Amino acid sequence: MATEIAAPAAATEPRHAAVQRRREKLFRSATFVAAILVLTLLGGVAVSLLVGAWPAFAQFKIGFLTQTVWNPVTEKFGALAAIYGTLISSAIAMLLAVPISFGIAVFLTELAPTWMRRPVGVAIELLAAVPSIIFGIWGLFVLAPLLQHTVQPWLIDGLGPLPVIGALFQGPPFGIGVFTAGVVLAVMVIPFISAVMRDVFETVPDVLKESGYGLGATTWEVIWKVVVPHSRAGMVGGIMLGLGRALGETMAVTFVIGNAHRISTSLLAPGTTISASIANEFTEAVGDLYTSSLVALGALLFFITFTVIAAARYMLLRLDRRAMSSV
Amino acid sequence: MSRRFRRKVMNVVALTLSGVATLIGLIFLGAILWTLFKNGLEGMKAPIFTASTPPPGSPGGLLNAIYGSAVMTLIGILIGAPIGMLAGTYLAEYGRAKRLSTVIRFVNDVLLSAPSIIIGLFIYEILVVTMGHFSAIAGAVALAVIALPVTVRTTEDMLNLVPQGMKDASTAMGAYHWRTITSVIYPAARSGLVTGLLLSIARISGETAPLLFTALNNQFWSSNLNAPMANLPVVIYQFAQSPYENWQQLAWAGALLITLTILFLSIVARFLLSALGPGSARK
Repeated sequence: MATEIAAPAAATEPRHAAVQRRREKLFRSATFVAAILVLTLLGGVAVSLLVGAWPAFAQFKIGFLTQTVWNPVTEKFGALAAIYGTLISSAIAMLLAVPISFGIAVFLTELAPTWMRRPVGVAIELLAAVPSIIFGIWGLFVLAPLLQHTVQPWLIDGLGPLPVIGALFQGPPFGIGVFTAGVVLAVMVIPFISAVMRDVFETVPDVLKESGYGLGATTWEVIWKVVVPHSRAGMVGGIMLGLGRALGETMAVTFVIGNAHRISTSLLAPGTTISASIANEFTEAVGDLYTSSLVALGALLFFITFTVIAAARYMLLRLDRRAMSSV
Repeated sequence: MSRRFRRKVMNVVALTLSGVATLIGLIFLGAILWTLFKNGLEGMKAPIFTASTPPPGSPGGLLNAIYGSAVMTLIGILIGAPIGMLAGTYLAEYGRAKRLSTVIRFVNDVLLSAPSIIIGLFIYEILVVTMGHFSAIAGAVALAVIALPVTVRTTEDMLNLVPQGMKDASTAMGAYHWRTITSVIYPAARSGLVTGLLLSIARISGETAPLLFTALNNQFWSSNLNAPMANLPVVIYQFAQSPYENWQQLAWAGALLITLTILFLSIVARFLLSALGPGSARK
């Protein structure tokens, strides 16, 4: 568009115009190449992981997904324990984080006095800026001992004797384990989920809420029956975004999960996750098959998180991008 | 018990719970900061800024790790930010309405939330394996890959905030599009772009997972970009898990240092953003 408008002026100064046009072309191509680079980066990640993982997949085939054995000495590797740990710790995290995040979003959009919204909102967002390694050492030195001496004995005594569900709360309170990892993950994803939910709640038109109040609904009824139905897609998107983070989180989990390649019924026992196994063992892995198996774990994680994040982004895509920019 | 009373009770209970949830969130932030200060200030007694990481039991500091983190973050930003800004410019200006841009935005959003350890493995496969050894440059590239989507996103958001009238005015004066972008749009969006830069620095300066098998670690002072280099996050990771008390203290000191830097950057970024007014990107 600019080119056409500039053309008559350029006719009087042909050399100047040529230079301008060349620069225009150059700059335009530079931005285009950079944009394409972003596109190829994701493909590059997928391809390089698959190439690195190939020896392990070729060796173990489907057994890589169904075996729990992880033995560097005999070079037998199966990812099931790590997959299990990843899913279970993330499930615990979501069980804890979703209701709390929902509460925070409700508080920030409907309940808090105006002067309080921004500082409290910023404080919660700052929690998201804290790097994961900090959550890791905090989890190891503060949260794990705390859980070991308070919550875990209480869970073992209170829920342990129950049928079925009791099996989840057996054994000694180790402090570190799948349960603790879930709690740390919950703390980490709360800021992300609550920020999305808050932004989604803010997009609900005031007219809708006012109609609710006009009918005599209480604040809670307006939230539950007007705000929540209106923002369902965005809420699910935010939750899945948090899930994506929990599934791939590495450093915080590595510190507190205990790094044991086994599946225990009890949530309090040590376990491992995909990312924790990679972080822990990669630099010490000797032998091509061991390294390749760890890369194969990475490839699995990539495809799990990619699916979750892509689904989340797809749901959020339909909402106004401007309103969603806090994620 | 009347229906009206039940609804009122429900209302009070639900709203109280939401307040409690917020309190829980704030308590976590407070607890983490308190622990960091309590243990970190203790560790600060060591010659943090003047000595390199010590062997177990001897006095030492974090100089080599701080230097390494600074160097790799800087190189990471120098690689990631220009590419990110160009790509963001494409999305906001040249390719605004194109189908391709929608795809790129989507891919960028996925990259933005991709686990950082995956990025580490990716750089390991393409750089460490081909070069044959761990190196600071591999670490810096891994950080660049993480900074890239952040800058793409903030650049696009910020350029979109520049009023259309301003762009039209420049076009009407006969300026080519590139001239409008570099001389009108970039200056108008400057504080927003600086914010994006600060946020990406904040994002990568605490990253640990992507450095674990790219830059690795180095117990000694090294300024060789082609060799493993010490860095704060990995030092914290290794020292905190060690049984040695002086290492653990240094880990806490490093943790405090990193967190304060990142919180400082995030708060400055937020301050810059609030000057831009509501409706602009928060992160």
